[in-house]
Amino acid sequence: MSAVTEFLQQVTEGLGSGAVYASLALALVLIHRFTGIVNFAQGELAMISTYVAWQLVASGMSFWLALPVTLAVSFAGGMLIERIVIRPVQGAPELTVVIVTVGLFVFVNAMAGLIWSFTVKDFPQQFPDGGIDLAGVRVDWSTLGIIGVVAVVMGLLYLLFQHISAGLVMRAVACNPASARLAGIRVSRVLMLGWGLAATVGAVSGVLVAPVLFLEPNMMGGVLIYAFAAATLGGFDSPVGAVVGGLFVGVAETLTGAYVDVVGADLKVGVPLVIILAVLLARPQGLFGRAAVERA
Amino acid sequence: MSTIVATLGTDRSRRLRAALTVLLAAALAVGAPFYFAPFQVFQLTMVLLYAVALAGLNLLVGFGGQISLGHGAFFAAGAYTAAVMLDRYDIGHLATLPVAAAGCFLLGLGFGVPALRLRGLYLALVTLAFAVFLPPLLKRLEPVTGGSMGLTVDKLQPPAWSGLAEDQWMYFVVLAVTAVALLLARNLLRSRVGRALLAVRDNESAAEVMGVRLALHKTLAFAWSAMFAGVAGCLYTWVIGFVSPDSFSFVLSITLLAGLVVGGLASLYGPLLGAAFVMYVPSVSQDVSEAAPGVVFGLLIIAVMFVAPTGLAGLPGRVRAAVADRLPRTTAGLDRTPETESAPDTEPESRAASEPSATVTPADPAVVDAEPVGAPPRTEKE
Repeated sequence: MSAVTEFLQQVTEGLGSGAVYASLALALVLIHRFTGIVNFAQGELAMISTYVAWQLVASGMSFWLALPVTLAVSFAGGMLIERIVIRPVQGAPELTVVIVTVGLFVFVNAMAGLIWSFTVKDFPQQFPDGGIDLAGVRVDWSTLGIIGVVAVVMGLLYLLFQHISAGLVMRAVACNPASARLAGIRVSRVLMLGWGLAATVGAVSGVLVAPVLFLEPNMMGGVLIYAFAAATLGGFDSPVGAVVGGLFVGVAETLTGAYVDVVGADLKVGVPLVIILAVLLARPQGLFGRAAVERA
Repeated sequence: MSTIVATLGTDRSRRLRAALTVLLAAALAVGAPFYFAPFQVFQLTMVLLYAVALAGLNLLVGFGGQISLGHGAFFAAGAYTAAVMLDRYDIGHLATLPVAAAGCFLLGLGFGVPALRLRGLYLALVTLAFAVFLPPLLKRLEPVTGGSMGLTVDKLQPPAWSGLAEDQWMYFVVLAVTAVALLLARNLLRSRVGRALLAVRDNESAAEVMGVRLALHKTLAFAWSAMFAGVAGCLYTWVIGFVSPDSFSFVLSITLLAGLVVGGLASLYGPLLGAAFVMYVPSVSQDVSEAAPGVVFGLLIIAVMFVAPTGLAGLPGRVRAAVADRLPRTTAGLDRTPETESAPDTEPESRAASEPSATVTPADPAVVDAEPVGAPPRTEKE
């Protein structure tokens, strides 16, 4: 295999994992747009959604039936969490809300361990084995499938926000909650919807990544770091940025692991740290983000 | 103005009471290792060294209003600095302390400069990524750190003249370092740097207008805070005599934050209570199940932020306030926000006097944003 093909092969694999990071980063960005906070529990919510899917499949349901059920459960769960855990601290200082999401992170992680134990579970791979050959580069069906699913999620979100009135209402709330409320929008309901939506998008990333990483309560911890790097790179208020950032982080991670001997497989988790630091030094608002102007 | 008058009136009795409290605490602290069994003395030693780390975290989170999810990593950096020095060179334990402290201070400075350029959560992201990255890095640097097997070094040994057992000697050394560290934290907060930090936490824009350099003070606070964590890590190596990458996983960082939140943010003795929590809660709940500490920590973090943002340290103040509200004048207490309600370090007399400032209600969300986290309106005068 020539060096170029080898390189393209690595890029393809990077895009596959990047698509997963993109989808979790998308969930983070959604919450950040609506509430201005970073939800540290996002990965754990995705993890528990994946457990729901696993439980359904394990109890005999077909995967393609279990998936919509899981997404619906995640949506309801996200709304419920907003209502029960986040609403009481709404309007409190940012720090309070963040600490609450960290608490949620710890709690959800431990609850998953309590219910399903910490032993690693096999998650069924839904995409067929094998793949196609593009000019010597082998593209697995699973990689194509993951990228396809994330593209569909992106498309649906675009439709929702740009062409459906509910999406317009949500954008209004994200843009200016006070004015939205004056215009007669029930802001608190929209925020619940936003959390439900983010939990659903996050659940997609969990279900996609589970066959690769194997299912266990700490599965999403690493993915979350990559998603943070993706969102930082793309800009925390830009959904497009989250996707571009996710793909970039995925490719950067794979290439660094493959070509930089010092890093290798075990230190790849340093890549997001370097990316976050580099973005903060060079362009703190991210590639697609707007620089915030402070007003007292 | 009325606050000052009220404080002056009771100044002498306050000082007397404070002096008596300190004496009593010192007597208890010195007597403890002669009363308890060696294992219990060891546990108390661990509580003290966790208190140093939490005091550092408190500088950053409680007083600086920034959040770090990676203090376990600075703790690890301090512990490894001490362990590697003891392993490679023939030097005394004490020599490792300043190196660990200075190293972590610089490390904190290095991460603080990019992370604190912006307002918001980037410090949390950077520290989280660092905490996750450090254990594999320690495993990789095997020639120096011993890889995943870790390093075993000599524990602190009592000198012959002391006539103390090993556990008692370690306890006293750690007690001394902890006392100095807590005193340092307290004095730091009363200095120019501390006042600037409080101003930044309470209202960034106002502080900046008054000439406080935001990035500088936030970065310095983070560096100090990392230094405390490093000192605690160094003590850990002295006491345990063994370090391995798995002792300093991301869970440690979360546990430290949980301990601080439960112990009491922005309180001077909150770190001590929090450290006891960090030490005892996992060991007790671990018996129930592997997941139990996480469930307890998670629930407690959320519950404390909901109902008692000042944590355990704020409880006496809250109780006093609740009792005061039941007494004749009940009207003033109607529309206070939970955030400003209890003042852990404030005397009841001055609390009553500072009431008007606490009754600013959060009708406008912007006002709420400007409130400190679970902090008393005037932390300056404890």
